[in-house]
Amino acid sequence: MSDMSVHAAVHGAPTSFIRKYVFSLDHKIIGLQYYALALVAVVTGMVLSWIMRVHLVWPNAPIPGLGALAKVGAPGGVVTPEYYLQLMTMHGTLMVFFVLTNAPFAAFGNYFLPIQIGAEDMAFPRFNMMSFWTTFVAFCILISAFFVGDGPPLSGWTGYAPLSAVGKDAGPGQGIGQSLWGISIFVFCIASLLGSLNFIATTLDLRTKGMTLSRMPIVTWAWFITSCIALLAFAVLMPACLLLILDRVTGTSFFIPAGLNVGDHIQPHQGGSPLLWQHLFWFFGHPEVYIAILPAIGIVSHILICNMRKNMLSHRVLIYCMMAIGFLSYMVWGHHMFLSGMNPFSALVFSFPTLMITIPATIMTLIWLGSLYGSNLRINSASLFCLGFISMFVSGGVSGFFLAQPSIDIYLHATYFVVGHFHMVMGVAAIMGVFAGTYFWFPKMTGRMMNETLGRWHFFLTLIGTYAIFMPFHYLGLAGNVRRYSAFQDDFLVPLIPVHKFITYAALFTGAAQLIFIANLVYSRFKGPQASPNPWECTSLEWSTPSSPPPFDNFGGQHPVVHHDPYQYGVKSSTGDYIMQTSPGPGAAS
Amino acid sequence: MGGKIFAVLIVIIALASAVPIMNHTFLGASVTLPEDISTHGKAIDDQLSVTMKEAGISFLAAQLVLGLFVWQFANRKGATKTFPGGATAMVIVAFLFVGAEVLALGMVGSKAWGMVYFKPAASDALPVQAQAGQFAFYFRYPGPDGKFGQIHPDKIDEGNSNFFGLDPENDIPARDDITAGELVVPVGKEVNLMMHAKDVGHSFYVRELRIQQDFVPGLDLSVHFTATKIGKYEIVCTQLCGLGHYNMKSYLNVMSQEDFDKWLKSQSN
Repeated sequence: MSDMSVHAAVHGAPTSFIRKYVFSLDHKIIGLQYYALALVAVVTGMVLSWIMRVHLVWPNAPIPGLGALAKVGAPGGVVTPEYYLQLMTMHGTLMVFFVLTNAPFAAFGNYFLPIQIGAEDMAFPRFNMMSFWTTFVAFCILISAFFVGDGPPLSGWTGYAPLSAVGKDAGPGQGIGQSLWGISIFVFCIASLLGSLNFIATTLDLRTKGMTLSRMPIVTWAWFITSCIALLAFAVLMPACLLLILDRVTGTSFFIPAGLNVGDHIQPHQGGSPLLWQHLFWFFGHPEVYIAILPAIGIVSHILICNMRKNMLSHRVLIYCMMAIGFLSYMVWGHHMFLSGMNPFSALVFSFPTLMITIPATIMTLIWLGSLYGSNLRINSASLFCLGFISMFVSGGVSGFFLAQPSIDIYLHATYFVVGHFHMVMGVAAIMGVFAGTYFWFPKMTGRMMNETLGRWHFFLTLIGTYAIFMPFHYLGLAGNVRRYSAFQDDFLVPLIPVHKFITYAALFTGAAQLIFIANLVYSRFKGPQASPNPWECTSLEWSTPSSPPPFDNFGGQHPVVHHDPYQYGVKSSTGDYIMQTSPGPGAAS
Repeated sequence: MGGKIFAVLIVIIALASAVPIMNHTFLGASVTLPEDISTHGKAIDDQLSVTMKEAGISFLAAQLVLGLFVWQFANRKGATKTFPGGATAMVIVAFLFVGAEVLALGMVGSKAWGMVYFKPAASDALPVQAQAGQFAFYFRYPGPDGKFGQIHPDKIDEGNSNFFGLDPENDIPARDDITAGELVVPVGKEVNLMMHAKDVGHSFYVRELRIQQDFVPGLDLSVHFTATKIGKYEIVCTQLCGLGHYNMKSYLNVMSQEDFDKWLKSQSN
């Protein structure tokens, strides 16, 4: 902070409550708004998964209170088969779009990317506000599907056509709820495009003096790379959703071929292709996995470096690996479609780049493990969640090795093996990154510390619980347990029900353990001990702001000047074993 | 303290998770996978076993090393050390080992894939048409003339058992077509299954047969296989198709050639 130049702010301090907390231009408030929205979405999504898990193993058990909320879908609180699929669709959509895209990328990225590069705000603060509120509108549209006549959509978060396109003839859950799903995702795409453009412009144009690209923290790089991926991915999903809506509402036939007899009605369509939807959807869908996981990779690496008190073996190689993964993510979408009837030769073409992703992923894992060697690893809630992330990333990653091979996919496709794989690698691992970020940055965002004991309990129970839920999914998959079934009646599925019971208990347990986190979050926000300006002794710019939370322009009317690479640890300085990026004078030899 | 707990816990989790992997690897696929009743299935099972070994070893090694390093270095004081070889060693190891693994598995695996998809069905394979609709499978045999009648979606009438929408009055090849609710095939004879979706997307999955293939509306797809063991096996739908998806099933009934001929004859009467 000793070396700062004075600048005028891009926008003035907010003067009213509405401009400060509701329609705020401040990237920090917008980040918190994204976080709050993700929190509401994740609680909703988790409750849905509880209902699903209970229904799977006790199909006739009434769920308290559900009968009043869903009179058609769950008469007397007993979930119908179609309502199970509707809850499943909503669970997937909420989690993928409104939690895994919002929390690690939009929430933390909004809050910390501008600060970490020494900017006062995003490049386009009004666009930023619009991104959040557009996302909020998308959320409301999706949730409103619970309350329309025919109930929420039923086609899964992948919305495969023609089931999702032909309308009510295809059965319950294909009425207005399915249209609302398409509209919601379309609106979400607009918000994500605005947001990622903003991230890219901010990173390229608003870096403070001395903040070269190579001096950006690894997590800033992760958000930047993610923005580039998101820009291309959502730009394809958006028109796909538009075409789906047109098929449903105006009678076009983009995804519907001729001669379909659905619900005893010949469909008035011809010339469309269900595979077109699959190609467009997965061209977005696979990069989306990395939109969820790359920010978590960045967050975890950033926090681990600080807690190891030494740099990664090479943080540049980590960044190159993230770029490689981002690049490869556009060549692999067909691995979701091995059995879709596309040309069987193309399966091999999609399989190789998929398998190749293992190489950068392995390099990253080896660098994390190799960096832990010889470190002074500080154990706290944040660093524990980082370690949990590494473990989960490995566990979820190795199962990808099976599914990347078309021959094995013939057997494992559409089984619980797939469900276990993506829940571990993109769900739990990314959420572990979000938890790590929350425990780490909470002092900066609120000026208070979170309770460490509760944090550790939360971590250990979550680690045990998530493994207990998702590891057995793989074994169910190996036994051929088909996914997206609302009941297990087939001869070969009935013997697997005890495993499902175990998973349901584990899910209820793990969900309950999250109450510890919520309690910690609320309690610490108001009653947590005051945080020192830099409690973790971290070097990057977010810890150089004049206060916690930082003032509306982040650095109190000044622009920091950067003198060093981001991670100067294990050196002798006046502050201890680290040198802030803003400290003038020589850094470590690295 | 937290570091040591983590280290112990992650080792326990890794070992517990690995028990079924070990079972699969060392006691043979039959422990977790259903019996294979196809001519091509062994190649898939072998590929799965090799992958299980490699993935299992990678999984265990990574988790155990993670536990070990956290145990050793948590809350340690003093000068930090660098792992021998540094990042360069990691990159080289990953490229050599994983690269070799990727190439090897990719090459060998493509053979198993090719057995199902690159070779066309033999010219004397038994032609059977499968139709998937919400929420049932129907199968059709061409009858003595060896020709299938035309499908007319508007003539589908389930009440009168006209599941395929045939028009026997005007379409001569349709007259002797045999329709069944089960897929009945002779043992040891190649079957060419021609797949047709009536309404939305479905999928054909028989675990024992190591066959799974989507029905895609508007596309004529086919898949071929040879069943090697007499018995009855469940056919299930694996593509979300609506509220009755979980309940959409049929049976693959593998018979001796003699029994099959008898069955076919009884059906045509």
